[in-house]
Amino acid sequence: MNAIALNVSSARKAFGGLVAVNDVSFEVRQGELLGLIGPNGSGKTTMLNLISGALKPTSGEIALDGAPIAGLSAYKIARKGVARTFQLVRVLPSMTAAQNVMAGAVFGHRRLWGEDAMHLAHELLERVGLAGRGSLPVGAMTYIDQKRVELARALASDPRVLLLDEWLAGLNPSELKIGIALIEQLSGEGRTIIMVEHVMDAIRSLCDRCVVMSSGIKIAEGGVSETLSDPEVVRAYLGDDDA
Amino acid sequence: MNSLSQKEIIIGIGGVLAFALAACLPLVDQGYYLSLAVNITLYAALCTAWTLFSGPTHYVSLATAAFFGLGTYAVALWVDVLPFPLLVAFGALAAGALAGIVGAATLRLSGVYFVIFTLGLAELVRQIVTWAQATFTTRMGLYVFTDLREMHIFWMLLALTAVIFLTGWLINRSRLGFAMRIIGDDETVARHVGIDTAKSKIVLFIISGAFIGIAGAICAPRYGYIQPTSAFNPMTSFLVVIMALLGGTRKLWGPIVGVIPFVILMDFITVRFSNYMPVAMGLSFLAIVFLLPNGVTGRLEQAWNKFQSRKSAPSSTETAA
Ligand SMILES: Nc1ncnc2c1ncn2[C@@H]1O[C@H](COP(=O)(O)OP(=O)(O)OP(=O)(O)O)[C@@H](O)[C@H]1O
Ligand SMILES: [Mg+2]
Repeated sequence: MNAIALNVSSARKAFGGLVAVNDVSFEVRQGELLGLIGPNGSGKTTMLNLISGALKPTSGEIALDGAPIAGLSAYKIARKGVARTFQLVRVLPSMTAAQNVMAGAVFGHRRLWGEDAMHLAHELLERVGLAGRGSLPVGAMTYIDQKRVELARALASDPRVLLLDEWLAGLNPSELKIGIALIEQLSGEGRTIIMVEHVMDAIRSLCDRCVVMSSGIKIAEGGVSETLSDPEVVRAYLGDDDA
Repeated sequence: MNSLSQKEIIIGIGGVLAFALAACLPLVDQGYYLSLAVNITLYAALCTAWTLFSGPTHYVSLATAAFFGLGTYAVALWVDVLPFPLLVAFGALAAGALAGIVGAATLRLSGVYFVIFTLGLAELVRQIVTWAQATFTTRMGLYVFTDLREMHIFWMLLALTAVIFLTGWLINRSRLGFAMRIIGDDETVARHVGIDTAKSKIVLFIISGAFIGIAGAICAPRYGYIQPTSAFNPMTSFLVVIMALLGGTRKLWGPIVGVIPFVILMDFITVRFSNYMPVAMGLSFLAIVFLLPNGVTGRLEQAWNKFQSRKSAPSSTETAA
């Protein structure tokens, strides 16, 4: 079995009285594609925020390749090799697509600059299906293309762990197919990925394992098909979600 | 992005010619026009230095007077014992150090706190200097006697402006400049791609502050007699903000577009209606914020883009969600 890439143990985040992530533990092995699912408001994005450093955990430990990262600044965690996309797509509106992607390569642990960074940016744009569109202003792109740019930016840092927050949300059926194939390809290349997703078909076809959260608590974990048929998981979804 | 584009070479040559031409001014006139040109160059230097930091970060700094005054005092205190160039360096160091401390303390705060803090800072430094002078010396001010004449000051300020431009241009091409553009677009993204946002801002604030300190040092011989109220005049801070915003802070050369007409107009107003100066300043500030939020150059850029897109129309009008 591969070594553990990311280890989350008893991570907790409280917003005042609301415990958004309640002592959640799980681990991701190198090269694994882990699905993180759960009804709306169950704490998935907050969990990713704790890993990426956007938020500091109230308590608990998170380790990347064995080294503790919980509570570090987001930029430090990024430099150690965690990259992410955002639930509501975040591109750099004043820049071209290629510059957006370059941003991921320049400051992370890769630290490319100049021609090298530009070259990588164009290469990655091609990977995500935007060949030859590098010089377009990103603000003039469609939603799915912006999502592609954001993914390319995350990949530009050559992350140890890639976090995708509902990267497939908002895509139409044909775009969805392309999106799933792209993630599958990344995973096939050995990337370690945690994907938060509501699209169950994607989880079924892509993930090795999944973790299910509900109201901040991890309620199930394991192989995808047995987890999704777990009565407690079914109840959590039927109780307050439509997925 | 390491070699120069043709456009950059043309702009570079044009810039050098413009500076060379301006440097000839003292040969033509040594009186009114030279003195006006000194004021224009001074504010060009101050506003461009201010924009190095405030342009990309959108933090409005009112600390200009503090940095400027420190530079002035560095010269005034030791002009009789140390060589002038060394004192200019002192001014840069003192102002840069102050900027570093202030930046480390406040740049994690939001923009509003920063404005107020920097305004308070300038006032605080002025009070401390006043107090120190009253306590340790018997005089109210300091005399600065040098053999530097108006034209020398003009040349030094012109050279300083050129150096600030060059620095700004180099920053724009560097990792730091790229980082600042990313921060300006989306600070959360900036942090998540590995940018130490606080450090980047502090470094830029230090560079900007140091240049303003140098400007203050260069101007000390011009004033001759230095008092805290004139060296740390808060008016300097406000004027710099107004002129830079008038010109526009998105481009390095933006502020100059505001500085030239404003200084000329200000000269006109102070001579004729000096009592109305504060009112005129307030009104122009409001007018700029409401009518030209991106400055004259921002407005021109907008018009230019519109013109370009009309020329290349009617292709795609697709917009992002
Ligand atoms: N910054 C915050 N301050 C206060 N409460 C927050 C904050 N961020 C999230 N929450 C709350 O924490 C809970 C979990 O939110 P989170 O965004 O992690 O859910 P999610 O599982 O990602 O939901 P969705 O599927 O809708 O994206 C919600 O009740 C939310 O309102
Ligand atoms: Mg979410």
